[in-house]
Amino acid sequence: MAKITKKEVEHVSRLARLELSDEEKETFTKQLNNILTYVEKLNELDTKDVEPTSHVLQIQNIFKEDEIRESLPRERALSNAPDRTDEFYRVPKIIE
Amino acid sequence: MRYEAVIGLEVHAQLLTKSKMFCGCSTKFGEPPNSQTCPICIGMPGVLPVMNKKAIEFTIKTGLALNCSIASYSRFARKNYFYPDLPKGYQISQYELPIATEGYIEIVVNGKIRGIGITRVHLEEDAGKNIHEIGASHVDLNRAGVPLMEIVSKPDIRSPEEASEYVIKLRSILRYLDVCDGNMEQGSLRCDANVSIRPVGAEEFGIKTEIKNMNSFKHVRQALEYEIKRQKDILEEKGKIIQQTRLWEPEQGITMSMRTKEEAHDYRYFPEPDLVPVVIDMAWIDEIREGLPELPHIKRERFVKDYGLPEYDSDLLTSTKEMADYFEECLRHYRQPKVISNWIMGELMRLLNLDNKEIMECPIRPQQLVDMLRLIDEDVISGKIAKTVFEDMYRTGKAAMAIVKDKGLLQVSDQDELLKIIDGIIEENSNQVTEYKAGKEKLFGFFVGQVMKATHGKANPAMVNELLKKRLG
Repeated sequence: MAKITKKEVEHVSRLARLELSDEEKETFTKQLNNILTYVEKLNELDTKDVEPTSHVLQIQNIFKEDEIRESLPRERALSNAPDRTDEFYRVPKIIE
Repeated sequence: MRYEAVIGLEVHAQLLTKSKMFCGCSTKFGEPPNSQTCPICIGMPGVLPVMNKKAIEFTIKTGLALNCSIASYSRFARKNYFYPDLPKGYQISQYELPIATEGYIEIVVNGKIRGIGITRVHLEEDAGKNIHEIGASHVDLNRAGVPLMEIVSKPDIRSPEEASEYVIKLRSILRYLDVCDGNMEQGSLRCDANVSIRPVGAEEFGIKTEIKNMNSFKHVRQALEYEIKRQKDILEEKGKIIQQTRLWEPEQGITMSMRTKEEAHDYRYFPEPDLVPVVIDMAWIDEIREGLPELPHIKRERFVKDYGLPEYDSDLLTSTKEMADYFEECLRHYRQPKVISNWIMGELMRLLNLDNKEIMECPIRPQQLVDMLRLIDEDVISGKIAKTVFEDMYRTGKAAMAIVKDKGLLQVSDQDELLKIIDGIIEENSNQVTEYKAGKEKLFGFFVGQVMKATHGKANPAMVNELLKKRLG
């Protein structure tokens, strides 16, 4: 039974801003289903008494003090931007 | 049919930390665009965020002040969406384990106390700022990563007045706690509302809309009034309310539907793998609780009880911590609460409002105000002249006595001098004297006025009354 439909692949690719061709959609639907079927094996394990893991390291409360450190010079911060002005990143107009 | 509104508010408060939530960049407002960023807050690959301890403490502090339970175990989550002001493609926020839950605050509307429930208080990072230009949008990431606390109320609010009271009260608490400056115009305190209406007596909620962009108390009230009426009109015409996000447009006084993408709300939250959990033990909570200041409603009650002030005065004097401190500093030197309260609420507030200044910027120090009050008590100046002196103190920062001397404002309490003036007035106004003696007692005020005019308001009023009575009697 297919776990992932082509429609879901379209939905997820739209959320991820990925443009897929029809062919790719078919391929990924198939591949994702294969992966899920494989991972399904894990369900054979009894995890009734196991807390869901969100971190593998048993550490907590790693904090920084509230102190200012030097920021990047603006030129460096903007140097990777595909489009910019002197002071800003420039992006296609956002319509609200 | 009669309807009632059901309103829940989401308030976002920028925390007063010096540095950002997960990096060392400054949070200072108004700096040149993109001058306060680093690889962490602009989402470069391979960097690791680290939690700002102060921001966590501020949130616990707020939770305590809002009567919440503090989570013993809390963690951050990723909220995934794309927007140009969000460099990483996700916002680090909190989802299923926020720092504080289940609290309440009390508000007073039309003399009645109402408890408004708080669902949760959580911590997240702010996004950057978009500036819309012709043909393109510009992005400033100085604000990206600034710690932002989200306070979500229960849908307990029933009217626009209650909503605005709630925001006023919340702002006052946050300012007392010194965790947020509460500046709505600059956006350090922002407010969104969920609004629906239902027939009075109904249990079920109606379909809600979300209102954004209300950046003052007045806007909160106006936007909600407008939106409630809009929803009523639709229901009365048998129409259907559409669940949507609407923007308040203050210039036109209306709310307008925002064009939203259909999939905008699929945030795919999951636990933030880059951050470890936050474990908050009792010792930490107690330590923060110890540091809580006296909160506004407790201070207000104390002012009524200990100083015998009317509710109205107490309310106003405790509206900010700074104002309350100013009042109590005056009181330390001068034990007449109502007299001090009158001067603060009257002349001082009038002058501050004229200049659009806060009490912290007041040029008159509490000690200086008290010195002036003593001059009135000691009959050095009259209460009327005191207003002139006070305004002069405010403008120049000089001491009251110096102003009195420089301007020759000393009260005339010399009996002989006053008698000379009074006799002169009696002589010049013989008609009025005759009328007064014939029983027209109202004219007494006329004579007092003449004396005051002749002395430019400097005559000792009690003595003028006494001497006039003697001479006319």
